[in-house]
Amino acid sequence: MKKTYYDPADLAKFGDIAEYQKPLADSFFKYYGEVFQDGALSKREKSLIALAVAHAIQCPYCIDAYTTDGLEKGASEEQMMEAVHVAAAIRGGASLVHATQMMSKVDEVSM
Amino acid sequence: MTSLKKQGNQLASSAFQLEVLKTLPSGTPSFATTLSNHEISSISPLETKILQLNLGYMCNQTCKHCHVDAGPDRKEIMTREVMNDVLSVLREHSFQTLDLTGGAPEMNPDFRWFVEQASQLVPHIIVRCNLTIINANPKYYDLPEFFKQHNINVVSSLPFYQKKRTDRQRGNGVFDRSIDALQRLNGVGYGTNDSNLQLDLVYNPMGAFLPGDQATLEQDFKKELQETFDISFNNLLVITNLPISRFLEFLLASGNYDTYMTKLVQAFNPAAAAGVMCRDTLSVGWDGALYDCDFNQMLELPVATTSSRNIRDFDAEALLNRRIVTANHCYGCTAGAGSSCGGQTA
Repeated sequence: MKKTYYDPADLAKFGDIAEYQKPLADSFFKYYGEVFQDGALSKREKSLIALAVAHAIQCPYCIDAYTTDGLEKGASEEQMMEAVHVAAAIRGGASLVHATQMMSKVDEVSM
Repeated sequence: MTSLKKQGNQLASSAFQLEVLKTLPSGTPSFATTLSNHEISSISPLETKILQLNLGYMCNQTCKHCHVDAGPDRKEIMTREVMNDVLSVLREHSFQTLDLTGGAPEMNPDFRWFVEQASQLVPHIIVRCNLTIINANPKYYDLPEFFKQHNINVVSSLPFYQKKRTDRQRGNGVFDRSIDALQRLNGVGYGTNDSNLQLDLVYNPMGAFLPGDQATLEQDFKKELQETFDISFNNLLVITNLPISRFLEFLLASGNYDTYMTKLVQAFNPAAAAGVMCRDTLSVGWDGALYDCDFNQMLELPVATTSSRNIRDFDAEALLNRRIVTANHCYGCTAGAGSSCGGQTA
């Protein structure tokens, strides 16, 4: 076992997960590839969504991959930062909206 | 910033660069092996349609990614004698295009004389203009008019439509001066709807990643440059950074060499290999030496024919029968949608 949980070199080994349960891995990677094709959303828009999600779930592999991917797709630094702010807003909002529960509880237990 | 040569950097040596390029990440096949794995025995030449001349390595800029290692301190320059050898070949053979590059080709003292002579002999002349030469010195201010007089196709690097990314790659202030130069070119009719004066821009990534889709990036550039600066142009040519010279130095110094080479190799595209520019382009060095491409010129890999290694000994038949010289840097032209001096190829 390595001394750290995350190693940048592991990103390139993602495909190796097919060594165990290959049919499941094959299905996943086929689906993954199709998801990121041009469709109702462009490849660049999907890349920016992926970058935002990567920050929301705090996946270092995904941040690494989708920062480079965004640059390759021609996204500007401003667009990539706005995508991260969207993730931050949703995460922050998700905490704050629970404050309504706290406020209701305050009302419930107060005279 | 000075050239690698001026710094005495060992990467100024083409032999050292080739040694570095021999070392690929573990398990990565050489370019020759990859061609073989795709049952491509070799990349064979076609009739030469484009003659690309390097008029010298002197340049007013010192860009971080420059594959020529060009800059103000470089003194290699094409003489009028070599230019006369080229003109002799242009009189005796027909080419579609004469492609003039550098350094900044306009800094060659015989540049205008040569263009005047050559424009009578070849139907299409490209000048790879770095834009900032146009406003670098009063003696260059009339270049847009000169280009127009000789119906030159101006091809100019602009790595991004924003200042920060452009200046990081090409130097502080380059973006603003490039915008000024583009407006001057538009002012004489270049790149506008109501003229045939062709103005193309070149995009290359600002780091260790591949370029995106050419058509999509062209749309972005056209929209942003029009809306922000009222600038128009014809085509955007998307080029991959080849791992040589200053870009190789960047890859090694930043620890990106292995990742970038792996990316290029994994993106190998047989269709791009079929469309590489070395098949119908011949590169002529400042001293008249012949190469399969500008990159091979910088790596000092001459054409593989003993009878026609200099423009003064130009032999179309011998060149048609030559074997194109390849090495691992060629992965740069075969990755993804392919790359050439004319943009994406596949």
